[in-house]
Amino acid sequence: MESVVFIFSLIDCCALIFLAVYFIITLSDLECDYINARSCCSKLNKWVIPEVIGHAVVTVLMLISLHWFIFLLNLPIATWNIYRFIMVPSGNMGVFDPTEIHNRGQLKSHMKEAMIKLGFHLLCFFMYLYRLSSCPSSLV
Amino acid sequence: HPTPPPPCRSAALPGSATCTQRACAGRAAPVVPVRRGPAPGAAEPSGTEPGPGAAMAQPAGPAAACPVQNQMMHSSDAQGYNPAVPGSYSHPKVPPHQPSGQYNYSGSQNVSQFNSYQGPGQTLNRPPVAPLSGSPVQQTGPVPQVPPPALQNSAAISSAGSFPPGAGPPMLSNWQYSQSAVSHPAGTPPSHLAPGTGTGSAQPSPSLSGNTNPPGSYQYAASPGGPSLHNSFMKPATPHPSPAPPNLKMNRNVGYSYPALPPGYQNTSPPGAPGMQASALQYPDGSKHFHQPPLGTNHLTASMGSLSLQQEGLRPVNLLQERNILPTTILQAPVPNLHEDIQKLNCNPELFRCTLTNIPQTQALLNKAKLPLGLLLHPFKDLSQLPVVTSSTIVRCRSCRTYINPFVSFLDQRRWKCNLCYRVNDVPEEFMYNPVTRVYGEPHKRPEVQNATIEFMAPSEYMLRPPQPPVYLFVFDVSHNAIETGYLNTVCKTLLDNLDLLPGNTRTKIGFITFDSTIHFYSLQEGLSQPQMLIVSDIEDVFIPMPENLLVNLNENKELIQDLLRTLPQMFTKSLETQSALGPALQAAFKLMSPTGGRISVFQTQLPSVGMGALKSREEPNQRATAKDIHLTPSTDFYKKLALDCSGQQVAVDLFLLSGQYSDLASLGCISRYSAGSVYYYQSYHHKHNPVQVEKLQKELKRYLTRKIGFEAVMRIRCTKGLSIHTFHGNFFVRSTDLLSLPNVNPDAGYAVQMSVEESLTDMQVVSFQSALLYTSSKGERRIRVHTMCLPVVTTLSDVYAGADVQAITGLLANMAVDRSVSATLSDARDALVNAVIDSLSAYRSSVLSIQQPGLMAPSSLRLFPLYVLALLKQKAFQTGTNARLDERIFTMCQVKNQPLVYLMLMTHPSLYRVDNLTDEGALNINDRTIPQPPILQLSVEKLSRDGAYLMDAGSVMFLWIGKNCGQSFISQVLGVPNYGSIPQNMTHLPELETAESIRTIAFVSWLREQRPFFPILYIIKDDSPLKSSFLQNMIEDRTESALSYYEFLLHIQQQVNK
Repeated sequence: MESVVFIFSLIDCCALIFLAVYFIITLSDLECDYINARSCCSKLNKWVIPEVIGHAVVTVLMLISLHWFIFLLNLPIATWNIYRFIMVPSGNMGVFDPTEIHNRGQLKSHMKEAMIKLGFHLLCFFMYLYRLSSCPSSLV
Repeated sequence: HPTPPPPCRSAALPGSATCTQRACAGRAAPVVPVRRGPAPGAAEPSGTEPGPGAAMAQPAGPAAACPVQNQMMHSSDAQGYNPAVPGSYSHPKVPPHQPSGQYNYSGSQNVSQFNSYQGPGQTLNRPPVAPLSGSPVQQTGPVPQVPPPALQNSAAISSAGSFPPGAGPPMLSNWQYSQSAVSHPAGTPPSHLAPGTGTGSAQPSPSLSGNTNPPGSYQYAASPGGPSLHNSFMKPATPHPSPAPPNLKMNRNVGYSYPALPPGYQNTSPPGAPGMQASALQYPDGSKHFHQPPLGTNHLTASMGSLSLQQEGLRPVNLLQERNILPTTILQAPVPNLHEDIQKLNCNPELFRCTLTNIPQTQALLNKAKLPLGLLLHPFKDLSQLPVVTSSTIVRCRSCRTYINPFVSFLDQRRWKCNLCYRVNDVPEEFMYNPVTRVYGEPHKRPEVQNATIEFMAPSEYMLRPPQPPVYLFVFDVSHNAIETGYLNTVCKTLLDNLDLLPGNTRTKIGFITFDSTIHFYSLQEGLSQPQMLIVSDIEDVFIPMPENLLVNLNENKELIQDLLRTLPQMFTKSLETQSALGPALQAAFKLMSPTGGRISVFQTQLPSVGMGALKSREEPNQRATAKDIHLTPSTDFYKKLALDCSGQQVAVDLFLLSGQYSDLASLGCISRYSAGSVYYYQSYHHKHNPVQVEKLQKELKRYLTRKIGFEAVMRIRCTKGLSIHTFHGNFFVRSTDLLSLPNVNPDAGYAVQMSVEESLTDMQVVSFQSALLYTSSKGERRIRVHTMCLPVVTTLSDVYAGADVQAITGLLANMAVDRSVSATLSDARDALVNAVIDSLSAYRSSVLSIQQPGLMAPSSLRLFPLYVLALLKQKAFQTGTNARLDERIFTMCQVKNQPLVYLMLMTHPSLYRVDNLTDEGALNINDRTIPQPPILQLSVEKLSRDGAYLMDAGSVMFLWIGKNCGQSFISQVLGVPNYGSIPQNMTHLPELETAESIRTIAFVSWLREQRPFFPILYIIKDDSPLKSSFLQNMIEDRTESALSYYEFLLHIQQQVNK
């Protein structure tokens, strides 16, 4: 059972890592003027909800399977994701708003956030991998 | 077709009012259903072909390429370069044909109402011309010739100790270059070598004040003919702190009586002596534009702080003691502390202004100063003088794409070094020839290198598609509510009157849409006897009922259009439809415009209630007073998305909101804000109940319709490596990091940007900023307007304070505060404003002031800072505790974001004049009109006297307050009524009487009005007028119910500063 949980988490984590890399690439494309703000933001906004869900699922899964440490580790980031999604002002076009992304260093903070998430997910990835390999009923 | 035809009918338009019935009948009758969907031609290809008209009329020859523009005067030259007519523009022109007028700033005859930076005629501060009292136009001749040699000497002598004249080898090498130029007349080399050694190594700095610029790094070599040209005492040591050139476009007499005369500025004289003329003709500009490489220890910065003017800016002022800090004339922008040769070329502060005219070297220093760093731009301002260059290659830096500008350095004849990224570029062959002097080998004298503001005719590389034709679409609200206000009459009439004045050419297209709960299109097909109305009632999924004839050529269909405009106001008088489908109407307008791009003007009178973009009322009247929970953010992203769609298709939307009730401008305004349009708001517009608004709408609409317009524009702001822009303010969409997308650009829009110092600017003496605006003119030419500004870099905090531009800082802070109120709360924004004052003054106190004195000390440059911030706090956008309506507040915020600084300052801190004793003393003379110039008074009731009459000019509104014991002569001879009691309650016009007083007052009021693009209503108020409270609200220095008086505010600040 435990191995199933971690295999799932591992897959989910991979997806989140890819997503974080995609965010970073798209944002740096914007930074370098390869794409315009409008298309960048519509690309990214599409993936905000999948990201929130993906991360929330892992977090809940850890809670259910009673992995307290991993749950607590995931909780702040998951909460931040949800908070960020809820707090979008009514007039904005999503978490990434094309009219504001170039203002007040928003691009940089988005970039920083994506970097931190990437690091976090990498950490989680290895942690899950370790837990998986140390599972008693390992598939291996 | 599987889908049933939508309910769309077409009806003939009635030709006159009596036919209205028929129209209604026609609407009810089942008429031709219009096919929708992929009807042939209905879906225009959205590719690069913007309609049939766009392909024609590519500018062919220079004649076609340079039609006379709105306010620009230029004539085609054989070389394609248009030498500017000598005169008023504030940069030295290089007119080859008229050497005697070329440096005469005061000699301009062009007085055009929106370009107020004509030459200052100030001569007072120039000692040599002190005895002169006539108009400076005439006095330019030999008199100023006297001082230069003396000056020259003094400069040379004073610096001789440190740097012997002529000892700068690099300087000499430059001179050799210029000597080797082929076509020098034989007589000139000696005359230009002499100044080369004399002034080249030891610049004649403003030595009147006893300061010399140590020789070195930064000097442009002096010119041949230089001595006579360079007697511009740009920074004289005047006792008065207002440092900049007077903004007034007129010649002031020397006998002018105000103490606060700004110093004479760049009053360079033409070479008057006949002997000099020859050389001046050959070397029209005084300066050779060669940057010197830094000469070791001789840094410019070392010399900069010593200039008297900057020290004046640093003089500590105890704000609690000095009450009379407000200058009696309009405050001018500080002059950057640059060498005069460079400053002379610098961009006019009305176009381009920086909050800190001394740029701090590092971000740490900027943080320490606690002042915002940013630029305020007015890039498309109407100019009377604008050099226009037509050449096939536009010289730009190869790595950063900066346009060549006066502040680049020529390493030698063939190479120039970019002043933004420091890349060395080649000078193209074509650029070697100077069309102005017709001399080969003088790239540094090309107009591009002599003017900080210049316009290029763009070749085809700058077009993504053929230049679009001017397209204007008018969208009118014709619901019952709208018809009630009677606005349609005014608008149609004004439009009818100005139809021929719409900027455009033979390609101009025009179209009309009206809407209530349905959308009505008007087919203006050629050959129709009258316009045909097409009604689309499917507002959920809007479509265009016919592919063409909805936007038609203005010239070819003028009669039909005039016919429509005449009948339109009567057509809906019986309408009972109260709903408003603004969202669908905008969608329809967007679809109609998207193949070409252009301008949509929307007139709306109520909250949109049906279809996409319907809004709900969010204003709660009881909560107006509290700063919390007011709805400053848009409630939907519909308008923003639509605006971005518009922006992508080069369509701008201008919103005219004429509404009595709450209309959620916060949401509606987005449509203009992100599509680079403008917002006009006429509160409680009604043709009968509010006649002054009618006049205001008429006047402003006329300006709106006839002003210059640029289509499919983009603007890029570049700055020297190390600086970066992090926030933009204004109406546009930031498409990529530094590229602003402006579907339309108009001359009345201002922009602001905030900057930060990313990398420290070590080893740089100056930094430059360049804004480049690429647009399609209404004549279908692609043009690039480039402004470049150069500012010095400083290393000490005191220098940063010395160069602070208090108006620009206030303007930028206001922009930031609007952002803050939207993203956080209004009270946050107010706190931030107050903190800005506290932080900067305490930083000044702790880091700059050596002697701690009691009281509230501020550097002289910032002495008005607390006053202006207090004025911002009392401004409609940020005030609390009043019953300012939400829409009104948001409109003011829109204005803060979109107005150029001059108007913003006037709206924030109105000017108060006493007008019952106007005299001609010190008056301006414009076109034979005498305009009195009363001094500006402080905004305090204590300045009012019961026996006077005072005019308060608050930008968009004016108040004429009549004191109870006002002189009988004023009341009868200006107001035209027998006594105080008989002044009518709601008087808004000054009668035109034959008396001298009346003529003077009217001249003054209309002069104030002419200077701005909007029309301020004049309210004449007495003691018991209901508007008196509005008048008193603007008395910034006095206490109001909810706001501190100026003195209390200062005490509050002092308390915080001394903590």
